[in-house]
Amino acid sequence: MDRSEPIRTDMVIVGAGPVGLFAVFEAGLLGLRCHLVDNLDKPGGQCAELYPDKPIYDIPAIPVCTGQELIDRLMEQIRPFEPTFHLRQMAQTLERAEGGGWRLTTSAGTVFEAPVVVIAAGAGCFVPRRLPLPEAERFEGRSLFYAVRRRADFAGRRILVAGGGDSALDWLLTLEPEAEEIALVHRRDQFRAAPDSVARMRELVNAGRVRLIIGQIAGLEGEDGELEAVRIRTREGEVRHACDRLLAFYGLKMELGPLAHWGLELHEGLIRVDTEAFETNLPGVFAIGDICWYPGKLKLILSGFHEGALMAQKAFRYCRPEEKLVFRYTTSSTELQKRLGVRA
Amino acid sequence: MTIRVYVTDREGQLHELEAEPGWTLMEVIREAGLPIEAACGGCCACATCHVYVDEEWLARLEEPSDDENAMLDEAFEVQDNSRLACQIRLDERLSGIRVTLAPEF
Ligand SMILES: Cc1cc2nc3c(=O)[nH]c(=O)nc-3n(C[C@H](O)[C@H](O)[C@H](O)COP(=O)(O)OP(=O)(O)OC[C@H]3O[C@@H](n4cnc5c(N)ncnc54)[C@H](O)[C@@H]3O)c2cc1C
Ligand code: FES
Repeated sequence: MDRSEPIRTDMVIVGAGPVGLFAVFEAGLLGLRCHLVDNLDKPGGQCAELYPDKPIYDIPAIPVCTGQELIDRLMEQIRPFEPTFHLRQMAQTLERAEGGGWRLTTSAGTVFEAPVVVIAAGAGCFVPRRLPLPEAERFEGRSLFYAVRRRADFAGRRILVAGGGDSALDWLLTLEPEAEEIALVHRRDQFRAAPDSVARMRELVNAGRVRLIIGQIAGLEGEDGELEAVRIRTREGEVRHACDRLLAFYGLKMELGPLAHWGLELHEGLIRVDTEAFETNLPGVFAIGDICWYPGKLKLILSGFHEGALMAQKAFRYCRPEEKLVFRYTTSSTELQKRLGVRA
Repeated sequence: MTIRVYVTDREGQLHELEAEPGWTLMEVIREAGLPIEAACGGCCACATCHVYVDEEWLARLEEPSDDENAMLDEAFEVQDNSRLACQIRLDERLSGIRVTLAPEF
């Protein structure tokens, strides 16, 4: 087992959605250092993943901005506090650290020790949607994949890619040169992927290097987890497409995931907190944003920001038990302005 | 005026629901407590409000937008009469509409 030296910090934040990002700001004002863990490949949570181009109208003092703009602005706002991001990894286990505080381990083997853990995990982790076929499970991880972890799994194979978005087309184009043969299945002859990728895909189809099948996956065939063929429902009836790798991209969905086993008190799948500090039943472990529940909770970005501010006050006491916390405004406090980097 | 909506659930049971003009089909189904996930709350960002619309009503609906079509790409068992319920706004002309909940995934 990897016993690498843990990263010691003040606060580990699980989830780099808007609420986790703003928590960095509130903690930063109090002089606390933060590390963030997110299983996506970029910060922004739902705003960046589900609705980057859609408008938001209910952020105070910002009459309108898109999901991505909100995230870009938050990233700019927290830059002075130099948060460290650990992306593409899932917060996996939480246990008591030997010297007090908490020890958190991620799916990539990163280990943190901190007096405070803040769960800002939204509706849970974004995970790929699985194929809803009873036989799918037998093939998953062996010949059916929802992401490319190791390209070697695909080299020299007869690959079928399913989907019409950027992930599907990007991987189709990337794997095409190294595949024995490659095909794309999509429900209609229109693709929402970037026009440039669509054009390149069409060229490959015309050149006979990619086979394009318009239809939907109806069933999988094979033995011992090894795929032999995929049955596809098309306008002309069902066809059987021989292949030994299926790479399916049907978007993402959200799941509570590993947090469910951390001993947290839950309320209908959300983490119960108090409304004074948004602390869970585990002392020093807080939950803010969409993932937390208390009477009257609203799943709004605004509410998550407020929760982060109150959380930071109590978190400070865990991180700096010997220090006194003085309430100050950013407008007038030279100390806060120094932390923000706007005053030398 | 109340609008009537007939929804067949995944067990094949028919429910008669009432809606106010201006509601979306997803909202009526969700408010009635029927199992429609509608994870994104009606923002055309999740495809978990997928329904099949009865043929005779299909033609009376506006064509799906590009956004709706793109989201339907992420659904399963999509048919010609597949729609996202959150993208269908109800008015009097749609009173009596019949839909079936698509399988969950
Ligand atoms: C289409 C749409 C429109 C919306 N419009 C508005 C609006 O106009 N105004 C408004 O206030 N709200 C709106 N919302 C709601 C708003 O987006 C959420 O309230 C907000 O994103 C919650 O932020 P969060 O940081 O709590 O969680 P999220 O944004 O969900 O981020 C949580 C992050 O945590 C990560 N994560 C979870 N578990 C783990 C784990 N174990 N390990 C590592 N990472 C993990 C996830 O991958 C995710 O990136 C909208 C939502 C949707 C879907
Ligand atoms: S509720 Fe999410 S797309 Fe309709």
